[in-house]
Amino acid sequence: MAQRMRTENLKAWYGMNQILKGITMDIEKNAITAIIGPSGCGKSTFIRCLNRMHEVNEGTRVEGKVWFEDQDIYAQSIDPVELRSRIGMVFQKPNPFPTMSIFENVAAGLRLHGIRRTSELNDAVEESLQMAGLWNEVKDRLQHPGVSLSGGQQQRLCIARALAVKPEILLMDEPASALDPVSTGHIEDLAIKLKHQVTIVIVTHNLHQAARISDRTAFFLSGDLIEYDNTKDMFISPSDKRTNDYISGRFG
Amino acid sequence: MNSHAQLQTEVQQNASLQQKIYQKRRFRWMDHGFKWLTFSFGCIILIMFVWIILELTNESKQSISKFGLGFIFSQDWNPVKGEFGALPFIYGTIVSSLIAIIIAAPISIGIALFLNEMAPKWLKQPVAFMIELLAAIPSILYGLWGLFVMVPFIRDWLQKPISKYLGGFPLFSGAPIGLGMLTAGILLAIMIIPIITALARDVIRVVPTLQKEGYLALGATKWEVIWKIILPFARPGILGACILGLGRALGETMAVTMVIGNRAEIKASLFAPGHSMAAVIANEFTEATDDIYLSSLIEIGLLLFLVTFVLNAGARFLIWTVAKGSKGGVKG
Amino acid sequence: MLVIVVLLTSLALIPLISILSYIIYKGAPAINLDFFTKLPAAVGETGGGIGNSIVGTFVLILIASCVGLPVGIMAAIYLNEYMPKGMYSSTIRFVIDVLLGIPSVVIGIFAYLAFVKPIGHFSAWSGGLALAIIMIPIVTRSTEEILRLTPNSMREGSYALGISKWRTILHIVLPYSIKGIVTGIMLGIARVAGETAPLLLTAFGNHFWNTSISEPIASLPAQIFEYAKSPFDDWIQKAWGAAFVLIMLVLLINIAARSLTRSRLKNVD
Repeated sequence: MAQRMRTENLKAWYGMNQILKGITMDIEKNAITAIIGPSGCGKSTFIRCLNRMHEVNEGTRVEGKVWFEDQDIYAQSIDPVELRSRIGMVFQKPNPFPTMSIFENVAAGLRLHGIRRTSELNDAVEESLQMAGLWNEVKDRLQHPGVSLSGGQQQRLCIARALAVKPEILLMDEPASALDPVSTGHIEDLAIKLKHQVTIVIVTHNLHQAARISDRTAFFLSGDLIEYDNTKDMFISPSDKRTNDYISGRFG
Repeated sequence: MNSHAQLQTEVQQNASLQQKIYQKRRFRWMDHGFKWLTFSFGCIILIMFVWIILELTNESKQSISKFGLGFIFSQDWNPVKGEFGALPFIYGTIVSSLIAIIIAAPISIGIALFLNEMAPKWLKQPVAFMIELLAAIPSILYGLWGLFVMVPFIRDWLQKPISKYLGGFPLFSGAPIGLGMLTAGILLAIMIIPIITALARDVIRVVPTLQKEGYLALGATKWEVIWKIILPFARPGILGACILGLGRALGETMAVTMVIGNRAEIKASLFAPGHSMAAVIANEFTEATDDIYLSSLIEIGLLLFLVTFVLNAGARFLIWTVAKGSKGGVKG
Repeated sequence: MLVIVVLLTSLALIPLISILSYIIYKGAPAINLDFFTKLPAAVGETGGGIGNSIVGTFVLILIASCVGLPVGIMAAIYLNEYMPKGMYSSTIRFVIDVLLGIPSVVIGIFAYLAFVKPIGHFSAWSGGLALAIIMIPIVTRSTEEILRLTPNSMREGSYALGISKWRTILHIVLPYSIKGIVTGIMLGIARVAGETAPLLLTAFGNHFWNTSISEPIASLPAQIFEYAKSPFDDWIQKAWGAAFVLIMLVLLINIAARSLTRSRLKNVD
């Protein structure tokens, strides 16, 4: 499989705390990579480093290299803002823009990138909502506020919003942890469907979710990458004892 | 259209939305531009502040060098003779503000306790709103009302009976004319009640609920909770609120000048007319004909500035200690 | 205990009711069309109005807003969005605290020294600037507080779309907090609308229509002060009339501002 991203000895700090202690791993194209591990292991920080979102908070620091295609995204010449339109992100809690309608939420990214033609926007919004599996539910009320939707719908709206700017990679930070089982199912189906178009990296604390949807799984513990393998292999025969302990529920 | 341009349009049409987005990152300079723009507006505030201090100190230099410390201790204010001593104004400002704070502090704390701890929900909002409205009334209107409504009222209902029975005391001697120190103090009290109330409410609000409920669970009455838990905990903050109220009273201009009588004298009687620092500036500034007169008024302004500066800094510190204490309390 | 506290509260509300009712009772009869449109009558004559003072107050507020609002709002954006911590920001916050506490008459002295003395005469714009200096700390403080309440998840959602910080601020953060910011602005305007002392030292006053902002200008509060000190009954009645106009202006702005935030809080719930 082709590789899409690669981190090399990636270290990250939050204030004085070192969250990541040197992560080296590849992320494959058109696959779903799941990151699992107990809370506080640095899995969220890791994907926030992949589109340079970690640095928007104060007192944070990143060292090491992250290769995207053949570019180090932490190189001087890279514009983090542009990078983030190529590597999208969906957050733990659905965060549609509260002042905007459903349509405007999806169109927001495009508009602010300077695309103004109505037909173009209409097409893009419909396409993104289709991809997110939300179109049939909201097509008659596109002008309603985005926050009027249910939690699961809001999260899919956020996915549509992220897809609208055509990212090559979609980072998902525990996207279903705040949702009910039915909505979680929707998001999982969606991820599997989307992987043919975008590369997905998903952080989850739900092992079953990782097992169900991901192609590759990485196990993080206290800022270290313990094991990284094909999901099947990892869940059936983990090579590290700590991974085994974790997936058999002995801690975390 | 030449072939090159045609080619270009075709290429553009074929370009995917995605590429369009990458190309469209315009106004990149605004990333830093906007930051520096907002930064420079912050600088304006700092420059303004430094400029205020420089102007005040610069222009009062003449008066400072001529009168020195005597300016503060001299009672003579005689523009015609060129003699300037600020004591009558300082005295008037301090006495009227003290009267105000003595009246306003207990009332404000009472209101704050009422609104935070006792009032039924339906009453809370309207009363709080009305108290806030009291703060919204411009001081010139307090002055107008004070002059035409409060002055006669205080003269007839407060001063006349008191001077009838207690006129022998120096504190209440003199003709009951209504205008004067006492009236100014009462008017100032009304004006600073909303300020102290609002701040005191904020301070009382941060008293940890755990402590209150724990004490109630031990069988204490609400009254005991207020005296044993809330007030001791909030004491520095309430003190800070009172100091901020005092600071506002010291600088109050229009309302005071309309009811204090505007006479640069120091009298023991609360019924006697007096003057205040802010009032003398408002009244005489535009009439100050020579430099030393103007400079003396500016020095009074500088003194006001310094006093309010110190009071504010101190009060903020006290309020801050309560806020910090409550955070520690929650953890512990 | 309850009785005492209720008593204290009503004690504080008596002046409010008294002030409002007196201003309406004495001021309302003075109101007629001439009052809004005519110039003040000459000494000894009755009639006339305070049209120039009403216009003057609006001109002064306009000048103050044009200068004060951009400074206040932009500074608040810097404080909250770009540099919530650090020396520079704490210094500005401290200065704002101090400015909030400075008596307005002292601001008047400064505006006189900085804007009137070098030019050699009183002017509308010097009065407007004095009011702007009073307005800036109020607006900065309230705007910063409102921006701080804006959820961070919204900003992150925007950054994750590849939207730059300044666009996020202008298109996502500000629209979300606009009602709260406008409330702060309105309260700031209501506050300076009634300021008197700094105007006596800068805008001074004027018995005629003002034709240029480099001339002295009349204002409601200064006119009230002038009339209230006068020995003529007609002028004193005019003072009450002007007080009526001023308090209506101030109260309307206040009530409008508060209802704006209240409806917003409802939306959030």
